[in-house]
Amino acid sequence: MSAPHATTTPGAPGSADPERGHGGVELTAVTKRFGETTAVDNLTLTVESGEFFSMLGPSGSGKTTVLRLIAGFEEVTSGTIAIAGADVTGAAPFDRTVNTVFQDYALFPHMSIAENVAYGLRVRKVAKAEQRERVATALEQVRLSHVADRLPHQLSGGQRQRIALARALILQPRVLLLDEPLGALDKQLREQMQIELKQIQREVGITFIFVTHDQEEALTLSDRIAVFNNGKVEQVGTPREVYEYPQTAFVASFLGLSNLIDAAHAERLTGVATAISVRPERVRLMDARTEPAAHETCVDGTIVETVYTGPTTRYIVDTVDGLRVVAERHNDHAPSDTAPYHRGDAVRAVWVTEHAAIVP
Amino acid sequence: MTTTTTTARTSKPLSTLLYRHRWMRLVGLLSLPLTWLIGLYIVSLALLLVTAFWYIDAFTSKVIPGFTLDNFVLVFSEPAYITTSLRTLGVALAVTLLSAVFAVPLGIFMAKLASPWLRAVLAVAITLPLWAGYLVKILAMRITFTEEGFFNWLMAPFGITGPGFSIVTVVLTLTYLWFPYMALPVYTAIRQIPVNLFDASSDLGAHGFTTIRTVVLPLLWPALIAGSVFTFSLSLGDYIVARFVGGANAQMIGSIIASNINLNPPVAAAFSVIPIAFVVIYLLVTRRTGALERM
Repeated sequence: MSAPHATTTPGAPGSADPERGHGGVELTAVTKRFGETTAVDNLTLTVESGEFFSMLGPSGSGKTTVLRLIAGFEEVTSGTIAIAGADVTGAAPFDRTVNTVFQDYALFPHMSIAENVAYGLRVRKVAKAEQRERVATALEQVRLSHVADRLPHQLSGGQRQRIALARALILQPRVLLLDEPLGALDKQLREQMQIELKQIQREVGITFIFVTHDQEEALTLSDRIAVFNNGKVEQVGTPREVYEYPQTAFVASFLGLSNLIDAAHAERLTGVATAISVRPERVRLMDARTEPAAHETCVDGTIVETVYTGPTTRYIVDTVDGLRVVAERHNDHAPSDTAPYHRGDAVRAVWVTEHAAIVP
Repeated sequence: MTTTTTTARTSKPLSTLLYRHRWMRLVGLLSLPLTWLIGLYIVSLALLLVTAFWYIDAFTSKVIPGFTLDNFVLVFSEPAYITTSLRTLGVALAVTLLSAVFAVPLGIFMAKLASPWLRAVLAVAITLPLWAGYLVKILAMRITFTEEGFFNWLMAPFGITGPGFSIVTVVLTLTYLWFPYMALPVYTAIRQIPVNLFDASSDLGAHGFTTIRTVVLPLLWPALIAGSVFTFSLSLGDYIVARFVGGANAQMIGSIIASNINLNPPVAAAFSVIPIAFVVIYLLVTRRTGALERM
């Protein structure tokens, strides 16, 4: 039964709750097939209680399927899922202590905002007075008390998003699942909502599992990130770990820009025959005659393109032995100055050898 | 040598004329449908209403233009006519209700659960009867429910006897006839409900039946009303079904109109006002629910 998490004492979510902090999710050897295609391939993953956990990957990588398996909208083909220590593998969505914020919010179009937020309490037959009180608190939390009587279509995208959040959080779930909740918002609103999400997560202190294909969003929000590719997790780690120490070429290229250098080229440059990845911001350009330091690696080439992005300028360098290296430089010179290097310049691209990540 | 690629502009006087004069475009668009609507539709209905106030010469049986309320007095005082009106209303409501009760689960199954192949088969199965003639279908039902018919033969081992030719068979037959008009809008409406509303409802703790009651039915309301306008008004006006599968005690308003249409046209006309009144009342009631605005 899902009753316990719904009928705990009302009040601001995040208030003293003896069960708080027991919201881990464990997936063990989970496989999900749709006919011939394997969407999730023998996945084992542990989400710690109370963390902001992102599942990042391109579309079709299986991240949304994993979310739907945790929510109970899909059944696993094999493997087990445990939420807060209890096996829920065969349980229906309404028997799981998780709630979901859907990609396009899935607000009920025929119900007012207050009715939408109250829905979970209503189907659990919570007393009317308590419903009203908790809806008021939930709307206050997302600062939308004034739209209680409107219909979903009368709200902006950002407002709908917050209502979807309030509707899920009012049930005080152990785990909140968010399926690309910011995908439909424009950039500025998205950044504002990211901060808001992070604050709400800290306030309520429950586990957030966040699906996104936006690497920047994942880096900004998460305590840990799982990078998905082809139904498998390529790497799990803190934002810094997955960004600075990608373990596979896919992770290196999916998170931010990366200079991937194959084993053959790497051997010529460093003497070690393993593929490496170097972030553009770790690559410096210097005059072709300057000697690099002993702990540095360098390649010579010609700038074929410069890209001005505002805060930085990217230089695309084609090297003599057929590599393409991108160097990114902060525009910390005087605003009136033009970039120090130009298209056609012969340059030497240099990086600290150990700043390159090995991507076998 | 150079070739010119400019297309020559041919002059199109008619298009230019229509472009310049808005009223001409409107006339062009509306003349045919308006002639139809006013000339045939409205005028014939008005004539019918006028006839209801005429009377019949007792000796010659000729219709005499004039003004009398006798026809209406007869319609509203004759007990047999009143029972028939109420019976017809009951049949129409029963057919509507039955169609809705069948259409909703079928629509949910087709739109949300069936494989594309099965969905196509079911869609054909629903619409196929529309291709068969109206009388053919009535006769099919007659054969099914007749004394030595299929139904009795099938149920005989269980000691069950069918409804025979009765009001029940009339309701079943009318439901059979008009079901597609309910099933199609309901199915279309269910298809338009986003799948994730079902997920969201379940996620928030609602079981299947709760979801149907709180999410599906409210969203289906306009489609149910649209379908019911057909099932209700078509049933209200039908009399052939009553005649062929209704037996002795299943007369409908239509049966009485039909039997008077030659004998006493003014009475038939007066009686025709009753189903019209029922439909108008029905539309007013549904309008109050707000469903018509969303259609």
